[in-house]
Amino acid sequence: MTNMNRINKKLQEDKKLLSIYFSAGYPNLNDTVSILENLEENGVDMIEIGLPFSDPLADGPTIQASSTQALKNGMTTEVLFNQLKDIRKTVSIPLIIMGYFNPMLQYGVEAFCKRCQDIGIDGLIIPDLPVNVYNEQYKATFEKYGLINVFLITPQTSIERINFIDSISNGFIYMVSSASVTGGNSGFGSEQTNYFNRIAHMTLKNPQIVGFGILDNETFSQATQYAKGAIIGSAFIKHLSKNGTKKIKAFVDNILNS
Amino acid sequence: MKYNINNKGYYGDFGGAYIPEMLYPNVEELRQNYLKIMAEPSFKEEFDQLLKDYVGRPSPLYLAKRLSAKYNTKIYLKREDLNHTGAHKINNTIGQILVAQRLGKKRIIAETGAGQHGVATATVCALMGMECIVYMGEIDIARQAPNVARMKMLGAKVVPALSGSRTLKDATNEAIRDWINNPVNTHYIIGSVVGPHPYPDMVARFQSVVSEEIQWQLKEKEGKTTPDYIVACVGGGSNAAGAFYHYLENTDVKLIAVEAAGKGIHSGESAATSVLGKEGIIHGSKTLLMQTDDGQITEPYSISAGLDYPGVGPMHAHLYKTGRAEFISITDNEAMTAGLELSQLEGVIPAIETAHSLAIFDHKKFKEDDIVVINLSGRGDKDLQNYIDYFDL
Repeated sequence: MTNMNRINKKLQEDKKLLSIYFSAGYPNLNDTVSILENLEENGVDMIEIGLPFSDPLADGPTIQASSTQALKNGMTTEVLFNQLKDIRKTVSIPLIIMGYFNPMLQYGVEAFCKRCQDIGIDGLIIPDLPVNVYNEQYKATFEKYGLINVFLITPQTSIERINFIDSISNGFIYMVSSASVTGGNSGFGSEQTNYFNRIAHMTLKNPQIVGFGILDNETFSQATQYAKGAIIGSAFIKHLSKNGTKKIKAFVDNILNS
Repeated sequence: MKYNINNKGYYGDFGGAYIPEMLYPNVEELRQNYLKIMAEPSFKEEFDQLLKDYVGRPSPLYLAKRLSAKYNTKIYLKREDLNHTGAHKINNTIGQILVAQRLGKKRIIAETGAGQHGVATATVCALMGMECIVYMGEIDIARQAPNVARMKMLGAKVVPALSGSRTLKDATNEAIRDWINNPVNTHYIIGSVVGPHPYPDMVARFQSVVSEEIQWQLKEKEGKTTPDYIVACVGGGSNAAGAFYHYLENTDVKLIAVEAAGKGIHSGESAATSVLGKEGIIHGSKTLLMQTDDGQITEPYSISAGLDYPGVGPMHAHLYKTGRAEFISITDNEAMTAGLELSQLEGVIPAIETAHSLAIFDHKKFKEDDIVVINLSGRGDKDLQNYIDYFDL
């Protein structure tokens, strides 16, 4: 690639990154673009746009409920792509689509990747696309369309596997904070910080961004002591369900400034 | 092995392990150990002993004379309904709890649809003194009340699945989430030949005792190990996998898989996955599943909670795609009528799931000298209320 991917560019910035996840089409079908614009305006560094799925295995009740609501609102892969078609006129931070593999498979993996490139999507996170299947069957397609695929690691992931994941990654590694589905809220104990520290000392070629269990300034600061950034999902969805698309500034300010 | 699993965990195009990284260590631990454990002499000995003394195996292979006379062919019933707990499900739960013990697991989780697998899991947990949590769709809890009570009596905790269609698929989602949250001490006993590799293969192997017995039982009765047809109902497909297993590669034996058409295949209320499904991923496996054009998994329907699943095990997807098995869809009404008929012709009240297999005679004609083995996978006690309501008994 001649042009550097926005994700790589962002990762070079000398700061800790705040990334936000939300389910596209939630709370209302057409909120997607205004949420994206709002998040960028208020200093968020990167966004994961959740493509809703009927059976989100890795997600806890909050994201499940937002996903179900988004589907009820009429969200589909095609609707999302149409909503995003002019997004690069107003939003310049890295955008990642996060979703489960089956909807992408039905859309056609190559067609899906091509649409992503046309729109200006920078990467994908697909929790149920296994590393080896990606590596053997889809890596070439993702790279053809300039997409960075982001893999997850957990406290249970072996060192050999982390090294393998690092070797086939070219953006960042999504470090799941604990053995859990999304939306845990107990804060980080020594078990997590030991794990963050252990990974930080592995000197991987890809920076790590922590997700799952980040919900406020304290957990954000804890995670970014060890990692390049942190991702907030369920806490932001809860904020949206309570406040709609208003007061996004207050939410982001609260994370970034204690 | 054209029809059985290959060394990468696929049946033809189907299978694999499409799981989030959070599940990888659990599934990988199982994958690396299940064949080793199952091959240990002490495992085999304990498994065989429990199947004999606790489950009551071998289950009889019974020549159903009046049913045979009515349909002018030779019909044998493989009496899995006579197993302890009333269905084939316990063959698998006995096997998996022994695997779980050898992996050092302390806590067992399971999903259940009709409640047969939940009861079979609660039973083996009681037997081994292990903690047991069963996830069950809220709707299924209502329509299978006797089994819920049995699980509770056996000491299991029954957790309602409140998401989605609140049936088997959602119970499975909840069980998977539990496993993600409890990765070290917990074993997930999946009840069918679904889920990520190695589950479809492991469950099929534990259920293969069914066709192993059919072979020698037929030899005794007919002088040969092979029938002309084997018939079994398919939700996820575990009883069919067990009944087909030792005949998969022998194409002289024709395989018939019976699906639930619900209120009619194209009624919008059906669970006939082979007709309505497309290739995709459900519960960690690439297989045939009912879904929208957008790849959202759709909510199936069948009067039988055990067949009310939008996917089918990858083995069966492969058997369908290759034409190795013939798939027949049976409506609620046909199944209920066949259930009543078997009760009155043979004095055997079948589970509604199993009743689907008995309803194929209006769809499929057999020759007089054909030997047709129907896997009578479960008994109808749990369905009595449904039968009462349906026939106004």
